[in-house]
Amino acid sequence: MDKDVILTARGITMTFPGVKALQNVDLTLRKGEIHALMGENGAGKSTLIKCLTGINDFEAGEIRMDGIDGPVKNHSTRDAQNVGISTVYQEVNLCPNLSVAENLFIGREPLTALKTIDRASYNKRSQIIMDDLGIEVDVTQNLENYSLAIQQMVAIARAVDMDCKVLILDEPTSSLDDEEVEKLFKLMRDLKAKGVSILFVTHFLEQVYAVCDRITVLRNGTFVGEYPIAELPRVKLVAAMMGKDLDALEAIEKENADFDKAEVVIDAQGISHTGTVKPFDLKIHKGEVVGVGGLLGSGRSELARSIYGADRASTGTLKVKGEEVKIAQPIDAMNRGMGMLPDDRKAEGIIGDLSIRENIILAMQAKRGALKPIPMKEQEAIADKFIDLLSIKCPSREAKINQLSGGNQQKVILARWLATDADFLILDEPTRGIDVGTKSEIQKLIIDLAKQGKSIMFISSEISEMLRTCNRMVIMRDGEKVNELSGDLTQEGVMNAIAGGEK
Amino acid sequence: MKKEKTFLQKVREWPLLLPVVALFLVMAVNIIYDAANGNNPFTFFMITLQNTTGNGTILYGRIIDILNRGSEAAILAIGMTLVVSSSAGTDISVGSVMALAASVCCVMLAGFGETSVTELRMPLIFGVIGGILIACVCGMFNGFLVAYLKIQPMVATLILFSAARAIGFLVNNNMIVYVRNDTFGKIGGFTGIIPTPIIIALVCVVLTALILKKTALGTYIQSVGINPKASRIAGLSSVAIIFMTYVICGFFAGVAGIVKASRITSADPNNVGLYMEMDAILAVALGGNSLGGGKFNLTGSIIGAYTIQAITTTLYALGVSTDQAPVFKAIIVIMIVAIQAPPVQAYFRKRRAAKLALQQEVA
Amino acid sequence: MKTKSKLNSNTLLLLITIALFFVLYAGGCIAYGAKGFTHFQTFLNVMITNAGLISVACGLTVVMLTAGIDISVGALVAMDCMLLAVGMQNGIGAIPMIILVLVIGLVFGAVQGYLVGYLQIQPFIVTMAGMFFARGMTAVICTDQVAITADTNQLFYDIANAKIILPFGGYTNNKGVYMAPFIRVGVVIALLVLLIIFLMLRYTKFGRSLYAVGGSEQSAAMMGLNVKMTKLKAHILCSFLASIGGICYCLNSMQGSVQQATGFEMDAISSSVIGGTLLTGGVGNVIGTFFGVLINGTISSIVKTNGKLASSWPNILTAALLFVFIVIQSIFAAIREKQKA
Repeated sequence: MDKDVILTARGITMTFPGVKALQNVDLTLRKGEIHALMGENGAGKSTLIKCLTGINDFEAGEIRMDGIDGPVKNHSTRDAQNVGISTVYQEVNLCPNLSVAENLFIGREPLTALKTIDRASYNKRSQIIMDDLGIEVDVTQNLENYSLAIQQMVAIARAVDMDCKVLILDEPTSSLDDEEVEKLFKLMRDLKAKGVSILFVTHFLEQVYAVCDRITVLRNGTFVGEYPIAELPRVKLVAAMMGKDLDALEAIEKENADFDKAEVVIDAQGISHTGTVKPFDLKIHKGEVVGVGGLLGSGRSELARSIYGADRASTGTLKVKGEEVKIAQPIDAMNRGMGMLPDDRKAEGIIGDLSIRENIILAMQAKRGALKPIPMKEQEAIADKFIDLLSIKCPSREAKINQLSGGNQQKVILARWLATDADFLILDEPTRGIDVGTKSEIQKLIIDLAKQGKSIMFISSEISEMLRTCNRMVIMRDGEKVNELSGDLTQEGVMNAIAGGEK
Repeated sequence: MKKEKTFLQKVREWPLLLPVVALFLVMAVNIIYDAANGNNPFTFFMITLQNTTGNGTILYGRIIDILNRGSEAAILAIGMTLVVSSSAGTDISVGSVMALAASVCCVMLAGFGETSVTELRMPLIFGVIGGILIACVCGMFNGFLVAYLKIQPMVATLILFSAARAIGFLVNNNMIVYVRNDTFGKIGGFTGIIPTPIIIALVCVVLTALILKKTALGTYIQSVGINPKASRIAGLSSVAIIFMTYVICGFFAGVAGIVKASRITSADPNNVGLYMEMDAILAVALGGNSLGGGKFNLTGSIIGAYTIQAITTTLYALGVSTDQAPVFKAIIVIMIVAIQAPPVQAYFRKRRAAKLALQQEVA
Repeated sequence: MKTKSKLNSNTLLLLITIALFFVLYAGGCIAYGAKGFTHFQTFLNVMITNAGLISVACGLTVVMLTAGIDISVGALVAMDCMLLAVGMQNGIGAIPMIILVLVIGLVFGAVQGYLVGYLQIQPFIVTMAGMFFARGMTAVICTDQVAITADTNQLFYDIANAKIILPFGGYTNNKGVYMAPFIRVGVVIALLVLLIIFLMLRYTKFGRSLYAVGGSEQSAAMMGLNVKMTKLKAHILCSFLASIGGICYCLNSMQGSVQQATGFEMDAISSSVIGGTLLTGGVGNVIGTFFGVLINGTISSIVKTNGKLASSWPNILTAALLFVFIVIQSIFAAIREKQKA
């Protein structure tokens, strides 16, 4: 092992039932560097981190650390901490009801002669630790009295004080504002100066270029490459993450059809959601497919949710077919002819223990009200129709939906909205985590639906599929609309817009 | 690899397996007990017509007795099933609400203030409606706390678990109110040769089954119980649905309370519905329903309720007193929930997988 | 760095509780001064009557800190009383019986704690079964009312009747006799329990891990605490304290009966909640619980002194208070949630 290298992971491979989550992934961390781990959803970032911290049991490959003979294999977060790997997550894993000092020392409190905890001693030590790191807090105050950024830093302080050599920061900045992020960066640079190696996971490009020295990019569970920051400009980084090499752009056949510009279906003005979406205007016409692009965390899903009423919009007005409407919850949107396929299929899409039939008719039934049940014959006919139409592969329409594969589950949710005859559909990552064949089927379906006069808002991490299906693309960054592209959509244009600025 | 399910697999997946097996076990115990005591081993199953001084000719037999006395538990189990399904929690106030409903009903029938009457002071239906109404109000109170204020179901219902009985005493002016009247007594007595509670329970079950069949409520409740977030996106209001199940539960607690009051011709807040919440929860669990909410099986709960009554009756036959019976029920509850517990399930899954792997290796 | 506010909502809740107690007590003094409510002894009587409750409520606070609950304590108290009464009636000494009761508390708690901690069954279901089990066992031991008299066991009788005279706060009654204020052994035990639990929660590793588990189970596990073991220990302690409470209760009631201490779990839970323990866990301490018990005791005392109010009023008022505090807690939680967003 090189003298300045603290940790190497070589050929890490890990499978979950049916999915290769990591395939032959490498990672090299040097002493005193900040190293970004980048990749879109499902790229394998969290899986890799979990392998390092002992939560996941990887199948092949080995991890070595400086100062330890032989490969390191952690079986719990405790093991990882013992060899000097600590992790701080986006959701702070501390106890808000305890004081800052207690959070630093719980589980390893200094004891007095009477075997009671020595409060005075650890309060003093905590204050010293926090002062050292330049974090201004009163350590006797409860953690919940401080902002998320401070809580985040306390978590980091705990990790550092436990003698960590490798600090993994998993999306620590997602819920911080600019000022707080700056404070966190200062802390990170200070730690770097003290020789701590930091593995920084984020989806904000700006931040990567602000603090990191090197970048490792993963895609679909595979290792794409490791680059010094200076050698990887933004656009190239986006290309590496999204799997399209700029030098070899494949010709993308445009399949979308024309639409009638006269009829505006959705007219949103000044829609915002505190903290995630800044005031936003959007018009969608009949028969139009509008793509919303941007990286994860850019506010693309949140925008969709605010329009649909899944999260209540903080400001703004919404007109549906020219009529101003108030949308407080999803059923209001549904009654205006909307439907939404949420990005988290498991948490918000499927009703796991119900049958395929019940899942398909659910939204339709909700619209009709409890007192007007759809007769069983009709339910069966509807279910059969969509199973046939979308070629959903299932043992029978009465099978539980959680027995189906991801792609087929997604088709069932699509069928749920098609059954309601919605004329405006929001599809948030409809093709994520499903096989290629089904992907193209869904893309084709989107185009067909648009031809039938339905309007669609399409959100995806894959630029190519948006290029194929969208008439127009809205690009978001940091909760803001930064660009709107129509006419000839090109991969390069879109990527430049997403990456933001020329660097 | 065989695609077809073996008979054993089918049996294992049958939703009514647990309650039916339990019922058979109880019957077996009865048969053995009777045989051991030199009685006809099938005494348990005998139904005869008997002449009584009070009620004329009536059906008589241990099964009839179980069906009769199990009515309250069966009625409660309907509401409890829905509550468990929608909110993944239980309503522990049903027993106390029964007592309150009984008190209100009897006090009204006794014309407010009298402690013992033989003539009804107002039409029977007023008392019945009064009792059921107060129970529905209790259900609304519980539903409000659980659905709107998002308080853990069992903590929320703990309030009425303690207060409803006390309010019952208050309504009764701290007395036991006796209503010894034939019309009122019929509710807990006999209609023709059949015990009326059996008929009432049957009506409640059939009514609920019809409502669930003729409306989409069943799907709504299960959907909210399985995945409240996804249900909301699909346009359901989980708050309203959970609230409704608690009101329904209150309604059935009221019905059960009145049946019980009529059975003992009085409203005694200390004893009406005592330990009944336990029976109702046990019925739901025994019926093969997960106390973690979601899918429900009403038939299972009803069979479960009668199974519990069969257990109780058997215990009494074995010489266990009313006060002692809860010991056994507590043990049964713990056994059932322990089997359902995630770590235990995981253990079973692991063992099954190991076995399967072994079989495949051999093949 | 500025903190949002030194006086957070939890401290506020505790202050409300303490203020409520004084208002209630002052109200009692004004309304029933003529009936002797103002005497120091009235306050001491509240303590004497509720000595058992103090211990039981301390146990509940411990469990509730881990975001759990235990509704079996009332039945456990009844079982303890019955065991003591029947055991001593059959000639077993007071000390062996007391030890037996305490051991049963430990075992009872261990079983419940295992089911909650290691099998991850909802604490409510587990302890409800525990409640019915203990109540039923009481009847299995004996279905009659068994009184404890001097004949049953002289030692126990003497302990129960021992008066500990306080050197201050007496008064001279209308016949001119000086009435010295006194407490009983139960009060001493209860106050000792209170003190020990207070110190334990504040100054021991176990005490702090209770708060950590209640604050966030996941975080506690991530920080290397043994969550399952903490829950197990919490339930053992709770049932043990309930057994101590049972002994104190028995010293007052001097009998065993199946119907004893019904609704006691409710009093203990409401005392804890009124005293500022959050149902969601992680917040609370036994000082608040102590005031919660005093509030409950004062309500009963006022109802009793009034003499005309129905005996079910204390139950209803306790439940009403619990309701009010639960709603306040839920509103505070909603506000906190909103501030975060």
